Amino acid sequence: MTKELKSSADGHGWMNAFVRSRVGSLVLLIAVLTVLTTALNPRFVSPQSLKDLMLNVSIIALLVLGQTVIILMRQIDLSISSIVGITAFLSGTLFINYPGIPSVAVVLIAVLAGLVLGTVNAALIAWGRIPALITTLGTLYIFRGANYAWVHGRQVNAVNVPGSFLAIGTSTFVGIPLLTWIVLILLVIFAIGLRQYRVGREFYAIGSNPTAAVLAGINVSRRLATGFIVSGAIAGLAGALWLARFGTVDATAAEGIELTVITSTVVGGVAITGGVGTVVGAVLGALLLSVFSSTLVFLRVPSFWQQSFQGAMLLLAIAADAYLAYRHALRSRVKWSHV
Amino acid sequence: MSPPTIELVDIYKSFGSTRVLEGVSLSLFPGEVHSLMGENGAGKTTLVKIMAGLHLSDKGAIRMNGQEVLFRSTSQAQQAGVSVIYQEPTLFRDLSIAENVFMHRQPKTAYGWIDYAEMSRVVSQHLNQLGVSLRPEDPVLGMSIADQQIVEIIKALTFEAKVLIMDEPTAALSGEEVKRLFQVVERLRDKGVAVMFVSHRLEEVFAISQRITVMRDGRVVGSGPLKEWTTDEVIRKMVGRSLEALYPKAKVEPGKVVLRVRDLRRAGVFKGISFEVRAGEIVGLAGLVGAGRSEVARAIFGIDPLDSGEVSIGDKALSNHTPQTAMAAGIGYVPEDRQQQGLVMEMTVTRNVTLTVLHQLQRFGLVSQNKEREIAAQWTQRMQLKGHIEEPANILSGGNQQKVVLAKWLATLPKLLIVDEPTRGVDVGAKSEVHRTLSQLANEGMAIIMISSELPEVIGMADRVLVMHEGKLTAELARSEATEEAIMFAATGQTGSVRDKKSKATPNGQS
Repeated sequence: MTKELKSSADGHGWMNAFVRSRVGSLVLLIAVLTVLTTALNPRFVSPQSLKDLMLNVSIIALLVLGQTVIILMRQIDLSISSIVGITAFLSGTLFINYPGIPSVAVVLIAVLAGLVLGTVNAALIAWGRIPALITTLGTLYIFRGANYAWVHGRQVNAVNVPGSFLAIGTSTFVGIPLLTWIVLILLVIFAIGLRQYRVGREFYAIGSNPTAAVLAGINVSRRLATGFIVSGAIAGLAGALWLARFGTVDATAAEGIELTVITSTVVGGVAITGGVGTVVGAVLGALLLSVFSSTLVFLRVPSFWQQSFQGAMLLLAIAADAYLAYRHALRSRVKWSHV
Repeated sequence: MSPPTIELVDIYKSFGSTRVLEGVSLSLFPGEVHSLMGENGAGKTTLVKIMAGLHLSDKGAIRMNGQEVLFRSTSQAQQAGVSVIYQEPTLFRDLSIAENVFMHRQPKTAYGWIDYAEMSRVVSQHLNQLGVSLRPEDPVLGMSIADQQIVEIIKALTFEAKVLIMDEPTAALSGEEVKRLFQVVERLRDKGVAVMFVSHRLEEVFAISQRITVMRDGRVVGSGPLKEWTTDEVIRKMVGRSLEALYPKAKVEPGKVVLRVRDLRRAGVFKGISFEVRAGEIVGLAGLVGAGRSEVARAIFGIDPLDSGEVSIGDKALSNHTPQTAMAAGIGYVPEDRQQQGLVMEMTVTRNVTLTVLHQLQRFGLVSQNKEREIAAQWTQRMQLKGHIEEPANILSGGNQQKVVLAKWLATLPKLLIVDEPTRGVDVGAKSEVHRTLSQLANEGMAIIMISSELPEVIGMADRVLVMHEGKLTAELARSEATEEAIMFAATGQTGSVRDKKSKATPNGQS
């Protein structure tokens, strides 16, 4: 008898459903922004500026993948920027100290280093039971401080890095930078993992209702640990790619990007209270923020206003979520009043 | 008779020094609904949690179909075929019905991906069988408690539960919803599932069970097929013989009138409420859930506005009626939900106790900590509080939290104390201490209004019982007239003999 019931979305057509979904509205917003800015300045969609846009968003989007897993579980990882900083400098140092070292080895070592640092977070949060906000705030400073001590005013320059490695950040395949390809492949892997595997669904379950997750037999500590280790490994990869993208790395590399990453994730529809959101949405959130700041540049908005606009975007996204939740609550009340 | 599906043999369980279960044995049979009854703190919930794999028993054995089993986790219990439905459904509200049902054990396709189609198919089959018009893809967010319980039941069904335990499943349901739930339960029973039903509601228990077990103070005090039981018998077993020992209410000669309310009315909530409370008297306010008892109490304390009527303390009518003026006139109000309304859980006991009297402790606008500690120590000693007064309130047990709430209001030295469900969720020991304190306060001349849904408590403690039904006072019973039956008679607002009433299963019965 339930099968005959038509969903309300069917009634309005898939187009309507798409626009009302988070992914749909993000795509729409990005399209509108692009069209408007192009109308005012056609150079906005020139191949070079599109490539810049993709390069700019790639590393943030990569970190967003890890952060999504974390936020889905109602946790947060602030330490990623420091992990990126350390592993970026580590990658550069490897090229300097071991000339001729294969790029693949450098990337693997960076990922491994990020994984180890992520494990520190994981141990403190999952087994030490220290709230993630405090733990990763602490390790944000500890990792960065250690980085300053280690770097000691030095700097890695592009001349120290082999051209084949820098090519990751410069050369393209089918018009899309290699760096972006890497992120796209990982995006697909994460999207499938979160949707099609039990582990993925359990991240959602933990964020949605931790008590119920325990009752369902989920090993919550182990999943939390998995999340922070994955986030660390992703940050390690982002560190290696940071070096490939910029060539120059000093002790301040990637400082402060954790906030951009978290903003992107939340704008992309991953609820800060856990249990809701997708990696595709979160990456589109990163893209939207990136397009938006390019728009501001193209429209010659003073740069000191740009951060304020980013903040406003975050608040707007959260307000939109709250409004939708409120409307949903109203509708369900009506729906059940006759039961 | 067929052998039991699950047997608990001589189960013992203690938490710290508190013994919760002392040698409980219980068998659930296939195709039977077995009701477990008992007052709060009798140990029912602990027993349920042991069967669910949330607690391990200290001693004793669980046998399923004659085989001894050990449940170290909820998943082990579920695998063995024991499913538990809690009073508050524990679901993932952001996920769909199908995902809730299959979390952590989703079916997989040949490629190892989650088989959403199969999940939908199974869940919609169950939904159809239960005759519920929900879709497997619907999110749980926004669903009624009753529908959420349906999801829990489907979860149990997909585990092919042989034992279904329902811990007060009807507490939050309306009449229609209870009826639908019972239909589902009966269908499961007829399929051979062994059902355990934990409830406070006598009518429901008699309507659905084939067997009743009563627990008191961690022991089974009676068990047998339905036909061996009467409601009176169940109540007597639940309360125990020594009503006097449990409720140490001393006889007090009532003094002057402390509170007089005349013709209180709040549109749609209550009307025509007039009564008096004298010094030294404990007046019980009884009635079914939703009769308007707490609402009257809130109105007397000035939280909710009155449409008409008058509240006087002594000879003075309260004008400009707010909680502040009510407190100044000498009214103290201990609300029902101490976690939400009564205590600041993170603050220390001292801070909580003195919250009501801070203005008295001020010197030059600053609060004297010494005085604070002095007052807190005085009242918590009097309440025999276990625990240190500089510890936060949230680490105390339910009973001790309730003592802190009481201490907080006693510190204001009220003439009239209104307590709303003073012993809900409190263990038996702390309960009688709360009772002893109330009795002692009455002895010293305080006037007390006690709202309680536990009839034995009302009968045991009150000098006089006022009964409400649908916003009106329907009876005033002296201590000698206040029997369980007389109160229920007035509380249901029905005419006819009390015996007739029993056969009618009113879902919103005593809770």
